[in-house]
Amino acid sequence: MADSNVLQIRDDVLKACAAAADIAAVEAVRVDALGKKGRVTELMKTMGALSPDERKAFGQQINTVKDEIAAAIEAKKTQLESAALDTRLAREVLDVTLPVRPEARGTLHPIGQTIDELTAIFGAMGFEVAEGPDVEDDFHNFTALNFPPGHPAREMHDTFFLPTAEDGNRYLLRTHTSPVQIRTMMGKKPPIRVIIPGRTYRCDYDMTHTPMFHQMELLVIDKGITMAHLRGCLEEFLRVYFGVDDLTTRFRPSFFPFTEPSAEVDIGCSRQGGELKIGNHGDWLEILGCGMVHPNVMKACGLDPEEYQGFAAGLGVERIAMLKYGIPDLRTFFESDLRWLKHYGFAALDVPTLTGGLAR
Amino acid sequence: MKFTLSWLKDHLETTASLDEITAKLTAIGLEVESIADPGAALKGFIVGHVLEANQHPNADRLRLCAVSTGTETLQVVCGAPNARAGLKVVLARPGVTIPATGDVLKKGAIRGVESQGMMCSTRELKLGEDHDGIIELPADAPVGADVAGVLNIDPVIEINLTPNRVDALGVYGVARDLAAAGLGTLKPYDTAPVAGTFDSPRKVATWLPADKAALCPQFVGRAIRGVKNAESPAWLKDRLTAIGLRPVSALVDITQYLTIDLGRPLHAFDDAKLKGAVGPRLAKDGESLVALNGKTYALDANTVVIADESAALGIGGVMGGETTAVSETTTTVFLESALFDPLNIAATGRKLQINSDARYCFERGVDPESAISGAEAATRMILKLCGGEASHMVQVGTAPQWKRVIKFDPARVHTLGGIDLPPGGSKTTLARLGFTIDEHASGWNVTPPSWRGDIEGWQDLVEEVLRIHGYDAIPAVPLPRPSMPKVTLTPAQRQAGITRRTLAARGLAETTTWAFLPRAQADLFRGDLPLVLLANPISSDLDAMRPSLIPNLAAAAGRNANRGMTDVALFELGPRFEANKPGAQVQIACALRAGHTSARHWSGTRRPVDAFDAKADALAALDAAGASAAGLQTATGSEAGVPGWFHPGRAGVLKLGNQVLATFGELHPRVLAALDIKGPVVACEVFLERIPPAKKKQAGVARPLLKPSPFQPVERDFAFVVDTKVAAETVLRAVRNVDKALITDVGLFDVYVGAGIGAGEKSLALSVTLQPRDATLTDAEIEAVAAKVVAAVEKACGGRLRA
Repeated sequence: MADSNVLQIRDDVLKACAAAADIAAVEAVRVDALGKKGRVTELMKTMGALSPDERKAFGQQINTVKDEIAAAIEAKKTQLESAALDTRLAREVLDVTLPVRPEARGTLHPIGQTIDELTAIFGAMGFEVAEGPDVEDDFHNFTALNFPPGHPAREMHDTFFLPTAEDGNRYLLRTHTSPVQIRTMMGKKPPIRVIIPGRTYRCDYDMTHTPMFHQMELLVIDKGITMAHLRGCLEEFLRVYFGVDDLTTRFRPSFFPFTEPSAEVDIGCSRQGGELKIGNHGDWLEILGCGMVHPNVMKACGLDPEEYQGFAAGLGVERIAMLKYGIPDLRTFFESDLRWLKHYGFAALDVPTLTGGLAR
Repeated sequence: MKFTLSWLKDHLETTASLDEITAKLTAIGLEVESIADPGAALKGFIVGHVLEANQHPNADRLRLCAVSTGTETLQVVCGAPNARAGLKVVLARPGVTIPATGDVLKKGAIRGVESQGMMCSTRELKLGEDHDGIIELPADAPVGADVAGVLNIDPVIEINLTPNRVDALGVYGVARDLAAAGLGTLKPYDTAPVAGTFDSPRKVATWLPADKAALCPQFVGRAIRGVKNAESPAWLKDRLTAIGLRPVSALVDITQYLTIDLGRPLHAFDDAKLKGAVGPRLAKDGESLVALNGKTYALDANTVVIADESAALGIGGVMGGETTAVSETTTTVFLESALFDPLNIAATGRKLQINSDARYCFERGVDPESAISGAEAATRMILKLCGGEASHMVQVGTAPQWKRVIKFDPARVHTLGGIDLPPGGSKTTLARLGFTIDEHASGWNVTPPSWRGDIEGWQDLVEEVLRIHGYDAIPAVPLPRPSMPKVTLTPAQRQAGITRRTLAARGLAETTTWAFLPRAQADLFRGDLPLVLLANPISSDLDAMRPSLIPNLAAAAGRNANRGMTDVALFELGPRFEANKPGAQVQIACALRAGHTSARHWSGTRRPVDAFDAKADALAALDAAGASAAGLQTATGSEAGVPGWFHPGRAGVLKLGNQVLATFGELHPRVLAALDIKGPVVACEVFLERIPPAKKKQAGVARPLLKPSPFQPVERDFAFVVDTKVAAETVLRAVRNVDKALITDVGLFDVYVGAGIGAGEKSLALSVTLQPRDATLTDAEIEAVAAKVVAAVEKACGGRLRA
């Protein structure tokens, strides 16, 4: 009697469970069967009245049925939940081909990036970065650099002057970064190794000149520095900067008031087909001016030219950036044209290093 | 400076080719600027010999010629009237390029007869305009030889002289340098005196005041009578024409020639037009003169003129005058050879804007010994080309003292120049350049020649040896290297770099703008700073030094908007100029945004830029540069230092204590109107140098130990109703100060104005984070803090909890 009752309940519950349409119906089936007053629970309460042998057999049977029912309910629940999730997901559709929310990408100007490259190279050679004022006086910009009185560079034709100041001086906008050589030598004792990047100014505005441009000066002062060091230092720099391991240089005699001997430096290039290529291709490209620091400059800074020797070099930052990155027009550096800045600019985290590479 | 190859070879005995000569010139510091070699286009053209010239069977005007190339005989059809048997001609064979047309010559048939070459006219070779017939070469021209050699075409070389090399102002000096460099032998220059046969009837005098005598220390003259001033001979005219000078007459051409040949300007007066003695004096203020170029020049008392006893005749050392110039009727010439002060010549030339060969030489400084030797050379040439008879030389003044002795240790060539060279090599080089060397046990005493005024110290001697020997010989020796590089940048430079990259990472494009701007814009953006003007601006819209970086960036935004890019985000790091003196410049990081935050987008995230964008840029730049937001206060109003170019209600400053570290805000509509750009435009300027340097910590760069609390933080929300004029920062600061240890964060998540609160009031919703350290907070403790928060806000600004 007991057997048939158990089996009846089992069949009823499994049928109801299978027929349940949603989670609530499944829950109702569970309560009806396994709840505190459920049919299986009620049946279990009757076990106390049975003999030990009967109780054992009945207990086993009812536990089996109970487990079977619980599993069926759980399976039904999972099946219904899964179906419900499928239904929800079928509704939740994004067109992921839509463009993402806008994020502006900033850039760095080629001048600053090039100065960072130069800093990385010369930093590895033991140089520090020195700076000085854009507004200068005659002494630092000319006199101490051995420019004779009456030198054409001292004229209003070439140099920007400010009106005579209250202190009686006529200040000017530095025409080169060389005055910082003077400030450096007057400010500290050798050994000196500095690079001096900065804005410079000349009264010139045409296809290839802008009234403001950037130079980088190089100054090395120590005992026993010779022109061979000058050549070694510059060759290493030019090879690393342009990424040509065996780049040849040509040193030609030249003249600057503040160096003696003086030289212009050319690097190998090719101009075939109107395209400039840096490398040892037989042609030459003038790249910078340099020389051994003139004894008069040393003396003006209080250094004894019989004790110390050194070299200086100066190059145009825009010029070497143009050569390296193929930028055709100097004037565009200062136009702030967003198209130009995005095209020729560098990513914020593109920090030039010798370990990671100067340029991507 | 220009000269021709044959001119150079007048002074230099050499077998070197044009290529070798020009390469050497550049190598020794006489940089070759250009080489014009018409002969280079004649490669492949050879000397042909016309063996037979017969009538063309099918054309009356054409001839059928048999032309020998030396190895074969070609049939050439030719229309030139002078094509005849026996003639030596310029023969072009198929495959050569005809210079006049640029076409490659092909075999062809003319009127049914094959033509295997072409005989050329001057015009076809671009050597002249003559096209009446073919070129007739000399009868002894070797058949089959390159015509370039036979035609004696003279290449023109232009060198770029550095200002120190006055010795190379003359072709002779160039030849001397090349000879020293081993490219041949320098031929002696005949400067022997030409004996005068009579006393010069024309006297020379100086009327310069004694203290100005150095402006023209030596003035030499000589009369030459019985001259005939005709056209110059062809060789002289050709040379002058080749280098771009215009032949005038023999006397003028001789002075032009010697200026180039020796770097020694001279002047020829028509003696008949002079009155009394001739010599230098200072011009009188108001005096004027018609120069040889036909222009009238107003002179002043700083100008040295050459005058006679009636008037100023020429501008000394710069340009002669028209009234006393020689002409074809001149029979007596008075030759002038003088020395002038380089600085004074340069000043005069610049002031009068005269660029003459004489000025070019004198302002660099001609050889002080050349006044007499130059006059002798000119006399010799005049007598040869114009005939006549020379007087004795007359002169006032003397050549200035130029001799100086330089002590030189030849080992310096190695210790400064870096090359190994035996002392004998240095000695030969210096001697060839004209230096005299007196050897002592302790070193050399070196005397530079008169034409090397640029040689001052032993370093110059090293350069002479080095450049003649060749800079190519300098080895490349790496600088002694530290085993590990030290820090390259100063803390300020490093901070500037991080600031740049931080702003770029925020979507701003770095730019570089002029340090100058229009004065009107400087006035708009200078506040209390003085206007710093340029005395000689490149143009009137770049006439003031910038007192702020904003106007240049704003102008750039305007230019981009005109190109259709209205959403702009730019930044620049650079100086602003605060006074007319060195060091009065301040490093600024300036960021500027215009238009919208982004392009239009489906997400609807686009909005116009506002003051908070500028404030965020400022805070980011400050943080990157070492000033964290925590210590900063935002202040508003002009009394707090907000500049007048900002919108008065939408701008502020970020302060650390009393120091303004940054300004930010929306640009004032009136300023935008003045700049002619459309808003909204927002900007910030950060004063990088005002940020206090990081304090040196005991433990170096180690961070303080992190002590994370094991207890759950509690977040409580408050809504306060305050007067609309109350700054949010007042409320935030009051809350933070309630318990700095416990309150770790205060956020402001809503600002509400409208229904439910009074007019003139706003509601600020704050979320306050409490982070217990020792134990979980009890409800009573939380309530106690909340009560303190409410009390603090009420005390600070009269705010009350929103009901």
